[in-house]
Amino acid sequence: MAKPDDILTPTRKGLYCPPGDFFIDPVSAVDRAVVTHGHADHARAGHGAVLATTETIAIMAARYGGGFTASRQPAAYGETTRINGVDVTLIPAGHVLGSAQVVVERAGKRLIASGDYKRRRDPTCAPFEAMPCDVFITEATFGLPVFRHPDDRGEIGKLLTSVRRFPERAHLVGAYALGKAQRIIRLIREAGYDEAIYIHGAMQKLCDLYRDFGVDLGPLAPATLSDGAGAKNDFAGRIVIGPPSAFADKWARRFPDPVPCFASGWMRVRARAKQRGAELPLILSDHADWDELTETVRDMEPRELWITHGREDALMRWATLAGVKARPLSLVGYEDEND
Amino acid sequence: MKDFAALLERLVLTPSRNAKIRLLAEYFAATPDPDRGYALAAITRDLDIRSVKPAMLRSLVHERIDAELFEISYDYVGDLAETISLIWPARPGPNRPPALGEVIETLNAAARADGPRLMAGWLDAMDAGERWALIKLVTGGLRIGVSARLAKTALAEFGGAPVTDIEEMWHALAIPYTELFAWLEGRGEKPDATSPGYFRPVMLACPLEEKDLDALDLCAVAIEWKWDGIRVQATSEAGVRRLYSRNGDDIGAAFPDVIEALDFEGVIDGELLVYDPDATPFAVRPFSELQKRLNRKSVDRKLLQSCPAFVRAYDALSLDGEDLRASPFSERRRRLEVFASRRPLARIDLSPTLDFEDKDALAAARAAPPDDAIEGVMLKRLASSYVPGRPKGEWWKWKREPFLIDAVLMYAQRGHGKRSSFYSDYTFGVWTDEGALTPVGKAYFGFTDEELKRIDKFVRENTTDRFGPVRQVVAEPGDGLVFEVAFEGLNASPRHKSGVAMRFPRINRIRWDKPPGEADRLEALKRLLQG
Ligand SMILES: [Zn+2]
Ligand SMILES: [Zn+2]
Repeated sequence: MAKPDDILTPTRKGLYCPPGDFFIDPVSAVDRAVVTHGHADHARAGHGAVLATTETIAIMAARYGGGFTASRQPAAYGETTRINGVDVTLIPAGHVLGSAQVVVERAGKRLIASGDYKRRRDPTCAPFEAMPCDVFITEATFGLPVFRHPDDRGEIGKLLTSVRRFPERAHLVGAYALGKAQRIIRLIREAGYDEAIYIHGAMQKLCDLYRDFGVDLGPLAPATLSDGAGAKNDFAGRIVIGPPSAFADKWARRFPDPVPCFASGWMRVRARAKQRGAELPLILSDHADWDELTETVRDMEPRELWITHGREDALMRWATLAGVKARPLSLVGYEDEND
Repeated sequence: MKDFAALLERLVLTPSRNAKIRLLAEYFAATPDPDRGYALAAITRDLDIRSVKPAMLRSLVHERIDAELFEISYDYVGDLAETISLIWPARPGPNRPPALGEVIETLNAAARADGPRLMAGWLDAMDAGERWALIKLVTGGLRIGVSARLAKTALAEFGGAPVTDIEEMWHALAIPYTELFAWLEGRGEKPDATSPGYFRPVMLACPLEEKDLDALDLCAVAIEWKWDGIRVQATSEAGVRRLYSRNGDDIGAAFPDVIEALDFEGVIDGELLVYDPDATPFAVRPFSELQKRLNRKSVDRKLLQSCPAFVRAYDALSLDGEDLRASPFSERRRRLEVFASRRPLARIDLSPTLDFEDKDALAAARAAPPDDAIEGVMLKRLASSYVPGRPKGEWWKWKREPFLIDAVLMYAQRGHGKRSSFYSDYTFGVWTDEGALTPVGKAYFGFTDEELKRIDKFVRENTTDRFGPVRQVVAEPGDGLVFEVAFEGLNASPRHKSGVAMRFPRINRIRWDKPPGEADRLEALKRLLQG
């Protein structure tokens, strides 16, 4: 019998499968990559071949241009591809559009690398699928019992209440350009808000892409100034969405007395929100919170739990208490600050 | 409790003063009695609530959470109340979150032994935001960047009433302020402010600028020394004796020696100072001696003897039942002199008025005053009536040291050598027009070892963030620590975010008494640059 370590092993470039000779989410260029989802720290340009969902391939092409890899291998959820005798299947991870867990099977062993995931409902992507396995490799971005994301509707409610309360101010929502932004727009629509939402230029392409995949985002308009006096007030009472990095720019100064809102799981901790300068923190995350992480381990019933990027020590402690065999992988190169 | 928690959350993160006022006013409008009154008292820190020890909360949480998981989390979050509020595993069940008033009334009526059971029940019924508010409330750690003055301004806005009316009646009101809200909503009579001993909002001076000096007519102003103590209002009416700070905080409990001497009928405005009990002639001691007596709930006999306090009077707001505030300064001063000459009082004397031939003589006296306890001169228009706030063109202060500013401590860093276990290097800032603090300098000397220990303690207890050896401390208009910083000069510096760089800055004095909101503004510093 093969040992799980012989099938997947942590390297400096990422998780490596020696018999299949491929990497999962490699952080530097490799010959063959399996990519879980389109976030920049997981999906990099320059690999020889990329196996990913159709949506993720499209996202990578939109971000990096058509030549991001020599060979594209789009796969549907549930479709199995054999790579050098190793079966690779992508199943939904519920993180962003096209996000997948990678099911790696060989010699009767099944290992699942979660990539990034969440368990709660997301109207912009397929829901996480749980599958029993020998090894479950989980992310641990919010692997501390203080992280319990509240209900999405409540957070969107906070935003819309504030928009009504401060009709002369613009609400500037900082959200990661891939996934978070579209999910928020969709949630705002579900809450009954149907006015135009203004978006930063960096988000246009990805919003278009989501639409092409059938996600209805309602009326969007560019967050640029029209000419002439008083243009600043064009955005009074409006919702503007931009990447958090744009908040420090001149870009943010064009809005009337903006209310900075950041949408992120980190907003749960007041000091973080304050440090970010968020006046209205929105606790919205595309990652599993503590309860989702521990529930998922129970759902997947792995013989072994491997923990990758994030806060490993608390999850390790939990595993010990729960009698789950676990080990930290200490993979490097993945950022968690964007969520 | 839910609305109160939401209000606090929003206030903590809102930098703009106007937006804070708006949030408060809306809360008052939307929240019924008695909750809004209790919330108001919590914010102005007038609330009396049975306190709960952090150790008790820790043991509650340890009953439900693995100690190691808790420690890992606490280490990450850095704040005990926040960690507990976030980590608390609520038990699903028929829990009803309590109203704010219910929490306060229940806790105050309960036996101490019932505390843990009550707290656990409430924490179970609440969400994380409410739990945070509850824990901050009962552990006395409510720091939300709102001063009592700002809360009163919001009340004024909410009820369309002058804020001075509210300040005047404040000490006559009882928590939860139902009478006040009824009046503000037009449903009730104006509460009787004039219960004996009420606080009169104080009149403040503007810093004297070059152009003011040019325009000044020496014959139209009264000139006094600017004493280096703290501004107080000593009140004695119908047997009620009070000593108020300039914010209206009653500090009488720490100054029984002064209270005992308020054997008159009236309201005196003056400087609280301490004198040397062994010196003849009478000698005022420097501010650092007075500091020993500040921020105390009570005082022991030893300190009363070694640091006796007195009031150096410079104004009378009321005497023998007659309100003098509408009278010109010259008349108030005359009445004050008559009052002082009638019968000497043990702990009250008169701040002398000064005469100068011309402005040069005035400038020379200001630069070299005859006493260490003098920090400059005060100029008051003889015709000025007593107007609360900081009216323009009435009173001026002209400090002795040309380069002295009040700045707010923002970051502290560990020192080197024998000070390596203390946070002894300080970065301080002043307020920008947008109401934010911008750092303007760094200093690591100018204080005694004793003071260093106290600042170090402040830093540790008020840390809001850490970056390596540096701690960020609480620095909000209503909360934080003010340094009086002395420096030799100011250079324009595009390298610094503030645009200015100080030469040889040092801590001149630690203003434990001063709310950061009253520290200097960047604008004032930039004016120095031009001058
Ligand atoms: Zn991701
Ligand atoms: Zn990730």
